[in-house]
Amino acid sequence: MSVLLAFLRNTWRGLTAMRTALTLLFLLALGAMPGALLPQRSLNALKVDEYIANNGWWGRFLDDLQFFDVYASVWFSAVYVLLFVSLVGCLLPRTWDYFKQMRAKPVLTPRNLARMPHHATADTTAGPQAVIEHAERRLKGWRLVTGEERNGARTVSAERGFLRETGNLVFHFSLLGLLIAFALGKMFGYEGQVIVQANGGQFCNSGVYNYDTFRPGLRVDGTRLNQFCVKIDDFNATFLHNGQAESFRADIQYQSGADLETGSWRPYPLEVNSPLRTAGDRLYLLGHGYTPLFTVTFPNGEIRTGTTQWRPVNQVTLASEGATKFDPPDVPDAEQRRKSQLAITGLLAPTAVFRGELLDSAFPAANDPAVAIDVYRGDLGTDSGRGQSIFSIDQKMVQDGKLAKVARQNLKQGEQLTLDDGTVIRFDGVRDWVSLQVSHDPTQMWVLVFSVLVILGLGVSLSIKRRRVWVRATPQEDGRTVVEVGGLARTDQAGYGEEFTALSRDLLAHKEES
Amino acid sequence: MPVNATLATYSDWTYGAAVAIYFFAAVLYLCEAAFARPEKAKERELVAAGGIQLGGTDAAGTWTPGLVVKPELSRAERLGRMGVALTVLGVVVQVASLVLRGLATERAPWGNMYEYGSLLTLAGVVTWLVLSRTFPVRRLGGFVLVPVVILMFLGGTVLYADAAPVQPALQSYWLVVHVSVISVSTGILLVPGVASVLYLLKSSGHARFRKFPDAEVLDRLAYRSTVFAFPLFTIGIICGAIWAEAAWGRFWGWDPKETVAFVSWVVYAAYLHARATAGWRGRPAAWINSLGFALTVFNLFFINLVTTGLHSYAGVG
Repeated sequence: MSVLLAFLRNTWRGLTAMRTALTLLFLLALGAMPGALLPQRSLNALKVDEYIANNGWWGRFLDDLQFFDVYASVWFSAVYVLLFVSLVGCLLPRTWDYFKQMRAKPVLTPRNLARMPHHATADTTAGPQAVIEHAERRLKGWRLVTGEERNGARTVSAERGFLRETGNLVFHFSLLGLLIAFALGKMFGYEGQVIVQANGGQFCNSGVYNYDTFRPGLRVDGTRLNQFCVKIDDFNATFLHNGQAESFRADIQYQSGADLETGSWRPYPLEVNSPLRTAGDRLYLLGHGYTPLFTVTFPNGEIRTGTTQWRPVNQVTLASEGATKFDPPDVPDAEQRRKSQLAITGLLAPTAVFRGELLDSAFPAANDPAVAIDVYRGDLGTDSGRGQSIFSIDQKMVQDGKLAKVARQNLKQGEQLTLDDGTVIRFDGVRDWVSLQVSHDPTQMWVLVFSVLVILGLGVSLSIKRRRVWVRATPQEDGRTVVEVGGLARTDQAGYGEEFTALSRDLLAHKEES
Repeated sequence: MPVNATLATYSDWTYGAAVAIYFFAAVLYLCEAAFARPEKAKERELVAAGGIQLGGTDAAGTWTPGLVVKPELSRAERLGRMGVALTVLGVVVQVASLVLRGLATERAPWGNMYEYGSLLTLAGVVTWLVLSRTFPVRRLGGFVLVPVVILMFLGGTVLYADAAPVQPALQSYWLVVHVSVISVSTGILLVPGVASVLYLLKSSGHARFRKFPDAEVLDRLAYRSTVFAFPLFTIGIICGAIWAEAAWGRFWGWDPKETVAFVSWVVYAAYLHARATAGWRGRPAAWINSLGFALTVFNLFFINLVTTGLHSYAGVG
């Protein structure tokens, strides 16, 4: 039992030693670095897959060691948990000392002030009593204690700068608070992204299924989301001549709280850097792109319009790719319908430029939209049970011969093509879509509060010096008084020199008064 | 938002002029260091210790006339003073360059890497000028100005970006706050970085470095400037988090730039702890501080130019 206690005690002491804390700090720094150098799942899962595929066993090895989820990894968590345990172990005794020190008196004047890092001396005709009174007046605001020594010398011990430790403790406790608030936010927060068409498209934060992607915290099951709805009325982007974006603005309307009952909408100009904050959530404008509008006139005269968003493949020119898919109308037989599905895939250029037959985009604004499309007919595999991207067709269906390319053509706005069976496909131009993100983090306010305290604590603890000054006035046989001043900064000598010089000048300056 | 091309051109000219001036100032400082006698600093300290002890942090020669005023200035002294004068001129010209950029683009002049680098080096030079009034380190000016000239040269050539408005994500008053604070604090950290490297050289005891000021002076210089820059750097990171909350949907997301900023923050925190821990003072602490600065430079170049992240605003084609 005593062996165990000794072990625990030694472990605790080892863990709370400054050496250990420093080592852990370095481990924390070292452990965080791979996150900046390797792709991370939390930022870009596709890049991670690509990296693993390109690096073979090395990639898989890194993956096994959680190098692509550094900040959720066992080893990174272990380092920061140990660091914070060490911090608590350091803070508790210091807090205890701090409260004891609140009432502590400055230490007695050392015998030999000349050995202090800062020292000055002078003699005066004034008596020790006058010297000490003068010192007490000058040292207003310092924690003071006066004393008398055997040879008749009078002394003052003074200390100030106790706020340094206050700042120090505030800083470290706030770091602790910040970490806890951060962790709680990760547990109870969520983040969801969704693409909404810009001319009246709607989104309601009523369930996870409304999102394209949804990242819940550990304790979020997707029920009980904060209720609100948004409607995208319009989207505007302006660009410089070189294609650099100048501004993005989505004019939206939203309803939350009581508005949901009454059905009233409130307008809001949603811009980058200016999210909508409602119902405890935030709504961000993350990006935008184009939806090509295709009108398909089937041989039987039925008309369908396709409005599926395509995704930008070039972020500068907004050249986009995607797949707009159609079911043939009026085919009740599922088997038959499956065989005559239609898909339009290819490239969309908001401002078309042709290099020969090759379409590319010259500018991100929709000045002169055109598409270069491949039209496929057959079984798209949408009821195959396998998930498929809305931005592409299932290449396996093409390989299996179930889906065949039936046309390939460039279309400018208003142009059309006719398939062998008489189906007419017309390109009617483009419409904007916006990608929105909803974020929920119930504790981020606390993170901010603790961050501000971190700054305040840090500023106080680094700008205030805990320092001491002693004065000894020793009467001499000839009736004069020798005044000695000694000074010591308790934490760091840097910068105490100037203050001590001014202080000692004042403390020694009274000499010719009387 | 049109760009005033005339002002932008003047801004480029003054930037080039500032680089040239700093270069000549660096040459003067290095000449001063070459001509200076190694004992000089010692003499000063002895004189200072004779009277009321001034704590060693002040330049006794300037404060208390009569102590060490020599009838005529040595060659080294004259070169050093010319160096300081040129550095001040360089600062004025560089400030003009930044102000002209700001006027030409009608925004805060730190919207791309070129402008960021200019503000950073300016902060470093100003910090050095201020500190060399308090610490007897003037002749080491060359060691600060040489990296400054290199950074500015790279900034003006490799990283140069034409004066232009910034993209929507950067159109926020947080650009003014976050980027300036981060850039200025990083610039200030250049000084302790250089001082720590010099400390390591001096304390190696090699005879070649005997003309350097006392290791203890360099250590205090590094500490004082770090203590000033570290809270500023903290404020910069937190301002960045506040901005990221408004611009990117979360206040912290381990973007590469955020990560390396966090890592250098931790390293500087380790420096402050090391300096207060027995067995870690002196050379280990100086190593940590040098590492911290190496990381900030890494963050500036590698993260912006090689990796891709949300902070890729370099404007480098």
